[in-house]
Amino acid sequence: MSDSVDPMNSPDPVEQTQNPRIAIPALAQAVSERKTGGASSVLQRIRHTQPRSSRLPDATFRMLILLTAVSVFAIVVFVVWELVDKSRLSLHQFGMGFFFGHNWDPVNGDFGAMPFIYGTLVSSFLALLLAVPLSIGVAVYVTEMCPIRLRAIISFLVELLAAIPSVIYGLWAIFVLAPLLRDYLEPFLAKTLGWTGLFTGPMYGLGMLAAGIILAIMIVPIIASITREVLTAVPQNQREAVLALGATRWEMIRMGVLRNARIGIVGGVILGLGRALGETMAVTMVIGNRPEIAKSLFAPGYTMASVIANEFSEATGDLYLSALVEIGLALFLVTLVVNALARLLVWSITGGTAGRARA
Amino acid sequence: MIRSVRVILCGVLLTSCALAQTTLNGAGATFPYPIYSKWFSEYHNQHSDVQVNYQSIGSGGGIRQVQAGTVDFGATDGPMSDEQIAASKVKVLHVPTVLGAVVPAYNIPGVTQEVKFTPEILAGIFMGKISNWSDPAIAKVNPDIKFPNQNITVVHRSDGSGTTYIFTDYLSKVSADWQGTTGKGTSVKWPVGVGGKGNEGVAGMIRQLPGSIGYIELIYALQNKINYGSVKNSSGQFIKASLDSTTAAAAGVKMPADFRVSITNPPGKTAYPIASFTWLLIPTNPTDKTKGKMVKDLVLWALDNGEGMASGLSYAPLPKEVVDKAKAAINQQVK
Repeated sequence: MSDSVDPMNSPDPVEQTQNPRIAIPALAQAVSERKTGGASSVLQRIRHTQPRSSRLPDATFRMLILLTAVSVFAIVVFVVWELVDKSRLSLHQFGMGFFFGHNWDPVNGDFGAMPFIYGTLVSSFLALLLAVPLSIGVAVYVTEMCPIRLRAIISFLVELLAAIPSVIYGLWAIFVLAPLLRDYLEPFLAKTLGWTGLFTGPMYGLGMLAAGIILAIMIVPIIASITREVLTAVPQNQREAVLALGATRWEMIRMGVLRNARIGIVGGVILGLGRALGETMAVTMVIGNRPEIAKSLFAPGYTMASVIANEFSEATGDLYLSALVEIGLALFLVTLVVNALARLLVWSITGGTAGRARA
Repeated sequence: MIRSVRVILCGVLLTSCALAQTTLNGAGATFPYPIYSKWFSEYHNQHSDVQVNYQSIGSGGGIRQVQAGTVDFGATDGPMSDEQIAASKVKVLHVPTVLGAVVPAYNIPGVTQEVKFTPEILAGIFMGKISNWSDPAIAKVNPDIKFPNQNITVVHRSDGSGTTYIFTDYLSKVSADWQGTTGKGTSVKWPVGVGGKGNEGVAGMIRQLPGSIGYIELIYALQNKINYGSVKNSSGQFIKASLDSTTAAAAGVKMPADFRVSITNPPGKTAYPIASFTWLLIPTNPTDKTKGKMVKDLVLWALDNGEGMASGLSYAPLPKEVVDKAKAAINQQVK
C-alpha cells in the first residue's frame, strides 16, 4: 500500500453504474439459459434419428471419438505441411538430389542426406537382427517354461529396461560397451568374419556396431513385453491339442503358440523398429557421428535423428536450417515407407485376413 | 462483503504494481551460461525490480531470436556474419563479455608429459596428414618424449558449437590448406575422426580411445582436471592455456568499432593462440524503450561488476581497455 492512491477513497466507476449484488446473479441466469438452450438444440437435431434414452450421450460420444480420430489425421497433415514448408529453400536448391547426395558441408552450403538415411536404416535393422530373436526367446521362456516366481522377476526386469532414459544407455555404452567391443568383440569378429568385409578397419569400439547393439538393448523390452502379452493370449487348448497329437515341447511352441501369435509378434517388432528409427540420444553418443557410408560395421556412421539433434541449435544460415528440416522430412518419409513395408509383410503372412490370434 | 473483497483486491493489485518486476528475456550461447546466470541472479539481488530470464539455446538460436525480436538481448560465441547483419531488421551491437579458450587434449599410451603442439602439427593431425604419434614432425618439437607407434584418432564435436568455431577459425588462420578444404564454422565437414556430443562426449571418447586427440573448452579441462598440451603462438612461444594467457590473447589485438573480431593466433608473447570472446547481442534501437534501457543498465553493470566474478568460474576476464571501449560503445550506440 505504498502507492499514493488510496483505494478506499478512489472513485469506482463500476459501483456507479450498477450494483454487483444484482448484476452477478443476472449474469449467472443468462449463462444458464444459454447453456440449456444450446443443449436443447442439439437434442432437437438428433431427436428423430434415435430412441430418446441414448440420444445425447451417443451423439456426444460419437462426436468426441470422431474428433480424436480426425485429430490424428490433422496432426500428421500439419507435420508434413510444416516440414515441407520449412524445407522449401533446400528443396528448391537441391531438388531430389538431396536425398541421394553424399556430401554434408555446412561451411560451403552443400547438403545431402544419403549417409544419414543409410546410418538410420543400417543401425535400426542391425538392432532388429539382434533384438528380435532375443525378445522372442525371453517371451517364450517367460510364458511357456518359466517357474511362476521367476516369471514375475524377469517380466519386471524387462519392463525396467524400458524405463531407463536413453542418455543413461548412451553413457553406459561409452564407458562400458565401447571398451568391451574394442578389446574383445571387435578383434574376435575381425578374426573370424573379417573376410565378409563387414568387420574390418580400425576398431574404435564406437561406430555402427555399437549403435546397433545399444539400440537392440533398448528395443528388447518393447518387443519382449508385447510378444509376451500375445503369447499369453494364445488359448491354452491350442497348446493341449498340439501336445495331444504327440508334439514335442518345441513343436508345440512352434506350431501351437508362435504360429498363432505371429501377427501380434510382427506388430511388436514394428513398434520396436519405430523406436529404433527415431532414437537419438543414445545413438549419437556412440555411433561416431561421421556422415560417411562405410561397408564395415566398425566404422563410424551418422543417423538422421542424430544430425538434427546435434546441429539444429547452432545452425546459422537459412539454407543450413532448411536442409536440417529436410532431413526431418526424409526421416518422416523413411519411417512411412518402412511402416508400409511392414504392413505389407503382415498382409502377406496372413494372406490378407486379419488373423485369429491377434488378441 | 463484496465491497470489502474488492477493496482488498485493489490493495493487492496496487501493492503488486509497486513491486512489479520486469522480466528481461535473453537467449543464446551455452558456453557463457554459468557466468551469465551468476551475473543475472546477482543483478536481481541488487535490483529487485529486474528479473533476467536467459535460455542457453545455442548461438545460432540466439542470433535468430534477436533477429526476430522475440528476446530483449541475444548471446553468441561466434560473431554474426556480414550477410546475417545485412539480412537482419534488428540492428545489434556486439558486446564482448568474457573470454574462452580451446585446448588440445589427448590420450597417448605411455606419455604423461605435457605435449607441445605447433600450428603445423595440429593442422596436420586434424587433416589426417599426420596419422601416427611416432611421426617425426611431432618428435622434433617434443625431443624429451618417447612417442609410441600408435595411430592417431581424431575426436571432434558432433554438435554444432562455438568451441568448434574457435578451433576451426584458428586452423583456418594457421593453415591455408585447412582454409581451402574445410574452413571455419560451428559445424564443419571434418576430414577425419569421430564425433562426440558436447565437451563431455569428446572428453569421454578421448579417455576411451588410446591414441586419440580432441579439442575441448579450457573451462571443462580445468574443472575436470584433464591434461592438455601447449600450443606455439605467433611469437614462437609454447603457451599452455590458462586464464591469464587467454586474457593476454585479447590484449594484443586491434579492436574494431563493432567488436566483431577473431582473436585466434594473436600477436603477443604471452598470448595463448586458440581463444575467443563471447558476445552479448544488444539491439541498438529497441522497440520497447523501457526494456531497452534496462538491458543497457544490466550490461553496463555486468562490465563494471561482473568481470571480477569471471575467474572464480574459470572464465578469463576481459582486459581493462576492452571493458572501457565496450562501455563507451554502449553509451554511444544504444538508444
